[in-house]
Amino acid sequence: MPRSSADSAPQLSTDVLVIGSGGAGMYAAIEAARRGRKVILADRSLIGRGGATVMAQMTVAVGLEEDGLDDPAHHYADTLAAGRGLCDPAIARLLCEEGPARIREMDAWGVGWARENGAFKRAFAPGHDRPRCVYVDFLNTGPAVSKTLRTQLNRIPEIRRVGDLLVTALALRDGACVGATALHLSSGQPVSIAAGATIVATGGLTRMYRRNSASANMMGDGYALALAAGAELIDMEFVQFFPIGHLAPRLVGMDPIMWDPFRYKLGGRLLNGRREEFIDQYGSKDEGRYIVTRDVATYAILKEVEAGRGSPHGGAYLSFEHCSEAELRGAGGPVIDRLAENGIDLTRQAVEVAPIAHYHMGGVRVDAAMATRVPGLYAAGEAVGGANGANRLSGNAITEALVFGRVAGEAAAAHAARNAARADGAAFAAETERLRQGRGAVDFNPAAMVEQLQSTMQDDVGPFRTEAGLRRALEALRALRAELVAVKPAAGRAYDTMLADWHDLETMTRVGECVAAAALARTESRGAHQREDFPGMDEAWRVNQVLTLEGGALRIARRGVPQ
Amino acid sequence: MKATLVIRRGAPGEAPREETWQVPFEAGQSVLDALRWIRAHRDASLAIRYSCTNANTCKECMVRIDGKTVYACTARLHEAPMKVEPLPNKALLRDLVTEIAPPDERLGGA
Repeated sequence: MPRSSADSAPQLSTDVLVIGSGGAGMYAAIEAARRGRKVILADRSLIGRGGATVMAQMTVAVGLEEDGLDDPAHHYADTLAAGRGLCDPAIARLLCEEGPARIREMDAWGVGWARENGAFKRAFAPGHDRPRCVYVDFLNTGPAVSKTLRTQLNRIPEIRRVGDLLVTALALRDGACVGATALHLSSGQPVSIAAGATIVATGGLTRMYRRNSASANMMGDGYALALAAGAELIDMEFVQFFPIGHLAPRLVGMDPIMWDPFRYKLGGRLLNGRREEFIDQYGSKDEGRYIVTRDVATYAILKEVEAGRGSPHGGAYLSFEHCSEAELRGAGGPVIDRLAENGIDLTRQAVEVAPIAHYHMGGVRVDAAMATRVPGLYAAGEAVGGANGANRLSGNAITEALVFGRVAGEAAAAHAARNAARADGAAFAAETERLRQGRGAVDFNPAAMVEQLQSTMQDDVGPFRTEAGLRRALEALRALRAELVAVKPAAGRAYDTMLADWHDLETMTRVGECVAAAALARTESRGAHQREDFPGMDEAWRVNQVLTLEGGALRIARRGVPQ
Repeated sequence: MKATLVIRRGAPGEAPREETWQVPFEAGQSVLDALRWIRAHRDASLAIRYSCTNANTCKECMVRIDGKTVYACTARLHEAPMKVEPLPNKALLRDLVTEIAPPDERLGGA
C-alpha cells in the first residue's frame, strides 16, 4: 500500500468514504457506486456483521399501498404521533414515502419477506394504526436484510471493503470534511483515508448502557466524530428503551430483544412478580394483546419493580403458558429448539423481561439530502437524528437504514463528483500523531472503566431521570475523562484492546455528556425522556435541542421544530 | 460456581504462554461472559474480539475450546478446567484474536 513520506501512515484515497457497514452504510455504498463513484466501506469490525441491522429480529414498517389497505401517509401520521411532536417532518416523510420502494427492492433481491397468498404478511405492532410491518421468519429479519445487502455489495467492484478500521477523527480542510483518520486494529497502525465525501453510518449509542441490545460497536462513534468536525447533534436526550428485553434465565446465542416477534404473533401476558396483570394500572391495556407502547410499558415495569412487585431478577414475567406447543412452534419455528437448548420450555414457564437500551432517536442533524452543515459530511441510518423525534415508532429502524442510506449515497456521490479526494497529508497529520502518542503508566483498566460508564448511564441517564442523577452522571463522566487525559496507550501494537477501549471511552464520555446535558436542560417529560422531577409534557418544550462543540465546550441551543 | 480457564496468550514472534484464571459464574453463562469478566476485573490487556456479544450473529468470537472450534458466545461454562486457544488455522494477531476477515476485506488485501 502507498505510504506518504511525511509520516509513513498508510494512505487510502476514494471518492466516497462510508464509515460503518450496517444496513445504512451498506446501502449508502451501493448507491454511491451506482452513481459512478469509487467507494471505501470501512468498519471497525467485519463488513456487514458488526452493526445493529444484522441483529434485528423484529419487523420493518412500510406503508405498502398496492392492496389499498395502507399508504405512506398513514405510516407518516403514526411516525409523527409516536415522535411526540418533535419529528423533523421532511426526513420523517422521506422515510415513509421511500420505504415501499426500498422494501420491494429488497424483495426483488431475494430477502424473503414472509408471505401469505402471495402478499407480504404484515404484523400489527404497537403505535401503528393497522398491520404494517413486514418480516422474515423465523426471527430472521435483520440477518436476511444484512445478507441480501452483502450479496449486492460484493458484486460491485467499485466498492472496496475494509474491516478492522476504527475511525478516530474526521479530517478537515477549510472547514470541509475531506476524509478520516483511523486506527487499523489488526496492525495497530494509523491510516489516513482521503475522500471527496464522507458518510457517517455508525449507528447508535446503546452500548453505553449496562443493559443493552446493541452490538459492542455501537457507542456513538459517529456522533462524536461529527460533533468534533463541526456538525450539529439533535434530540440527544431521547434514548429508547425496549421494554421486554430478555432478563432471565440466562439465554445465550440469541439477542435479548427476541420476544417481540412472539408477542406480535401470540400476544403473551405481561405479569408482575405476584403474577398479576399490571399494565392497566398505568393507563394502557395488556390483556394478552400486544398494544402497549414502548414508553408506557417501560414505565410500568420499572415502577412495579420499584414498588417491590418485580420478578426475582428485577423485571416482569412474560408468559406464553396459555399457548399450546403447536401455537408456539408455529410462531417461533426453530427458535423453540434454541430455547430448549437454553432449558426454556414456554409451555411450562414464564420468562423474565426488563427494559433494555435499544435505539437512539437523537443523532447527527441533517437536511433531507442527509447533508450536515459541514461540507462533504453526510449521515445515514440510526446515526441521523430528527426523523423519530422523542420516540421511534416500532419497525422504522431498518426502513430508515435503507432509505437514508440511499439518499446519503446519492448526495455524497454528487458532492464527490465536484470535489476530488486530495491525498495531502496535512489534514491527517495531527490525528496520526495523536494516535501514535502514549502517555502515563499503562496500568489502568479501561474495560472496568467501560463498565463504570455503563452503570452511570443506566442508573442516572436511563429511562427515568432527575436533576440530581443527571448532575451526578455529568460529574462521573468528567472524572472518567480526566483519567483518560492522564493515560493513553500508544498506537503500534496489533489488536491492542486497551487502546481500542481508550478510544471508545473517549467517545462514550463525550457522547454520554451530550445525552446527560440535553436531558438535564429539558425540564419536562416527553416520549423516551422521562424526568421524575418534571412529569408531563410541557407545550413550551415542543422544541428540539441542538448541540455543538465550541472551543471544546458543549453548547445547547433550542430550535423550533421545523414545520 | 467457579470456572477455570486456561488461556493461551501471546503475539506473533513471542513464545506462547498459558494463563489460568478463576471466574465466578452462574449456570447458563458463556465462555465469552468469562473472557469479558477477566478483562474488566483482572487483565484488560487480554485480546479478544466480538461485536454482538450475545446474539451469535457477528461470528467474530470463534476460538478453540478444549480442542474444538466454537463460538465463545454460545460455549457454556462449566466447573472442570477449560482450555481456550486461538484458531490454529488462521494467522495470529494477539492472544485469542486471529485474522478472520476475508482476504478481500483486509487493509493490505484486494
